[in-house]
Amino acid sequence: MGSLFRSEEMTLCQLFLQSEAAYACVSELGELGLVQFRDLNPDVNAFQRKFVNEVRRCDEMERKLRYLEKEIRRDGIPMLEIPGECPEAPQPREMIDLEATFEKLENELREVNQNAEALKRNYLELTELKHILRKTQVFFDEMADPSREEEQVTLLGEEGLMAGGQALKLGFVAGVILRERIPAFERMLWRACRGNVFLRQAEIDTPLEDPSSSDQVYKSVFIIFFQGDQLKTRVKKICEGFRATLYPCPEAPADRREMAMGVMTRIEDLNTVLGQTQDHRHRVLVAAAKNIKNWFVKVRKIKAIYHTLNLFNLDVTQKCLIAECWVPALDMETIQLALRRGTERSGSSVPPILNRMETAEDPPSYNRTNKFTSAFQNLIYAYGVATYREVNPAPYTIITFPFLFAVMFGDLGHGALMALFGFWMCYKEKPLQAKKIDSEIWSIFFGGRYIILLMGLFSMYTGLIYNDIFSKSLNIFGSSWRNNYNESTLTSNKLLQLNPDSWDYLQSPYPFGIDPVWQLAEANKIIFMNAFKMKISIIIGVFHMLFGVCLSLWNHVYFKRRISIYVEFIPQIMFLTLLFFYMVLLMFIKWTSYGPSPALNFNTSLPEVVRSSGYCAPSILITFINMMLFKHDENAREVCDEVMFAGQMTIQKMFVIIALLCVPVMLFGKPYFIMKDQKQRARQGHQPVDGAAENGSAGGAVAPAHGHQDEEITEVFIHQGIHTIEYVLGSVSHTASYLRLWALSLAHAQLAEVAWNMLLRKGLQSPGYEGGIMLYVVFAGWAAISVSILVLMEGLSAFLHTLRLHWVEFQSKFYAGEGYLFQPFSFEIILDSAGQGEE
Amino acid sequence: MGASVVPIAVFTILWGIVGIVCPFFAPKGPNRGIIQVVLMLTAATCWLFWLCAYMAQMNPLIGPRLDNETLIWISHTWGNRIK
Repeated sequence: MGSLFRSEEMTLCQLFLQSEAAYACVSELGELGLVQFRDLNPDVNAFQRKFVNEVRRCDEMERKLRYLEKEIRRDGIPMLEIPGECPEAPQPREMIDLEATFEKLENELREVNQNAEALKRNYLELTELKHILRKTQVFFDEMADPSREEEQVTLLGEEGLMAGGQALKLGFVAGVILRERIPAFERMLWRACRGNVFLRQAEIDTPLEDPSSSDQVYKSVFIIFFQGDQLKTRVKKICEGFRATLYPCPEAPADRREMAMGVMTRIEDLNTVLGQTQDHRHRVLVAAAKNIKNWFVKVRKIKAIYHTLNLFNLDVTQKCLIAECWVPALDMETIQLALRRGTERSGSSVPPILNRMETAEDPPSYNRTNKFTSAFQNLIYAYGVATYREVNPAPYTIITFPFLFAVMFGDLGHGALMALFGFWMCYKEKPLQAKKIDSEIWSIFFGGRYIILLMGLFSMYTGLIYNDIFSKSLNIFGSSWRNNYNESTLTSNKLLQLNPDSWDYLQSPYPFGIDPVWQLAEANKIIFMNAFKMKISIIIGVFHMLFGVCLSLWNHVYFKRRISIYVEFIPQIMFLTLLFFYMVLLMFIKWTSYGPSPALNFNTSLPEVVRSSGYCAPSILITFINMMLFKHDENAREVCDEVMFAGQMTIQKMFVIIALLCVPVMLFGKPYFIMKDQKQRARQGHQPVDGAAENGSAGGAVAPAHGHQDEEITEVFIHQGIHTIEYVLGSVSHTASYLRLWALSLAHAQLAEVAWNMLLRKGLQSPGYEGGIMLYVVFAGWAAISVSILVLMEGLSAFLHTLRLHWVEFQSKFYAGEGYLFQPFSFEIILDSAGQGEE
Repeated sequence: MGASVVPIAVFTILWGIVGIVCPFFAPKGPNRGIIQVVLMLTAATCWLFWLCAYMAQMNPLIGPRLDNETLIWISHTWGNRIK
């Protein structure tokens, strides 16, 4: 039997490992990824465990690697992916080497970075000084301009002239400030110095690099003139407050020129030194980039191993580590082999011991999936993890899910688009996987590529049956409808209906799917399609639910719940069959027994012919409601029969009565048998029960096994009551719920038609060469709407409705979903999640 | 009764082969069970869907109501000359 039908059989094992061999063995198990370890010291906190030191060392190494990685990223050096194989977990003694390597690399890098930063700061200062010297030159030149002298005289007036040359001596400071601070700086200066200073500023055109953050910033050069020492201190304070850097600037033009020369040479020297430092840094990083992914893998593996070892118990003699783990029963052999490999690698002589343990605990649920089935399994897990060994709905979902989706999404064109997209993802699987596109939406699509492919293929099939391709139809086999109206009728009537009771209809249907004529019958296409789609929704729904109930039988048989078969499964399936499956049968009866009169008998009024004509066809829904209410159809027409087949009334009454009788069986059956069981046990004497209870309290772990007997009988009643009400009411509401198949399918078809009529038709009808251009534009719009709304959005909504039909309507019939997931210790999973976390 | 034997036989046999015969030839291996279930369910769902579409049209109760232009076009292209 395939393992996907039920979760794997699991055993709890005890594992004795020699201290020296433990590391190697756990490493082997991690590569295998089939063992889930249990924490044996849950009351010990993380800091008191045995290998906490090693874990800490690994953390430290990981931190260094992350630092390295950040630096590599900053320089834009490509990091090499390890092609193919992952490196194995290194030996514990290799850890020291690794640590030393990382330590060295980190120190080197830090030193280089520090140097580079100091150099850059120096460089910045020099460039700023260079700019100051260059820009202030302009200001000084202006000052020296003889025409200004007069201005000065007029400005200062008599007083200035009287004060004489000595007091007119102006001091100045020059510096550099961030450009955005200039306005505030200027205002502050004006206010604080009461307008007694003179500020000139000029922008530095090229951005400068800030060495601490390595951002590009724009700065301005300024020069402030003032008079007197008091103002000088004030100005300096303000400059400090605005983080402006001040530079000494000689007054004499000759000094300035000399200084500028000196600055230029120093800048050049610095540039060469900086270049060399960068080269060195680059070389170090390139070397590191080659190995960094490898190192990450190694460190993470070591860390994972020590984490796992921390879960183990230490033997009294300290020679041996004891672990408890869940293991799939089928894989015991492979695990034994892995353990042996581990022991050989560590050179230990004593083999590890793997002991099966008896337990009353519920084992974890584990379903072995492959790349095809895992997506479907995840759909189920998203609802709830299967109870241990319960029937798994995933294998059936593989087909029923795309099928129900396709009933709602039935369109050959849209289905083909979806199938092509799915096929492309499956075909390019490996290269796409290698690309590692980390967009959430993409990973959802890519994860569900097989679902998408199947949904597309099924949509193409249902689209063919609905005869719907972008809201047009295909006439492959030749329509069954003909026009027999003559020319005058055709010209005088706008709308004409073909009569099935004549040779308008060839008396045998279109062999595959809906007749193409219906797509053209804009006047009553919806009436016909609604009747058809509503019926198939209910038919499919009832079959789906019946299938679910049958799966519950398989569960009962497997868990040997004989009573449940009699008082749960049988009444449940009878209830569903007698009421809802009967309704489905009525639909088929209606399809076969009412219709056009036999050929050559067209349009007669013979009562036996009329009785089986469309005129007498009853409504299924009314018939069903009347059946539930034990009523006759009051609106029966004169010639027509009241019933669809002989004895219908009796059969219906019987069915309803039996179905109603099933309800008390479901409600009281199980509690009754449990009560009877308890009484019998009580009669046999209390001794064994008491003994078991004592054992249970002494053994601790064994206690839950006996819980069932002591269950409160009222609780059983309440539970069963809820269950029964849920099922009975559920049958009605779930059947109605399947009508969403019809509703969504109708909506999809209508939207596609609107898109065609409103857009593409306009383009196709426009004449002349402008029409070509028009069509070009309109087609783009139509294609965009088709893909974005009809395929993507409608696809999403149909997907969600299908999901609901599976989770609620289908799985509620048999699936408890009360288990917990098997989470094996596996390097693959750990590395994957670590890799995603960092991105 | 407007059923004709050929299409019913053809499609039933076609899906019967997929759903009943093919599962016997499913490749051996751990996935045999899954492949069988997939084949059987595909055949069952597709056959049921086709059957419903076929039976719903076997005895039509109403005929399509068409525009006269469409009718003229139908006569023209589907090969039934207007009298």
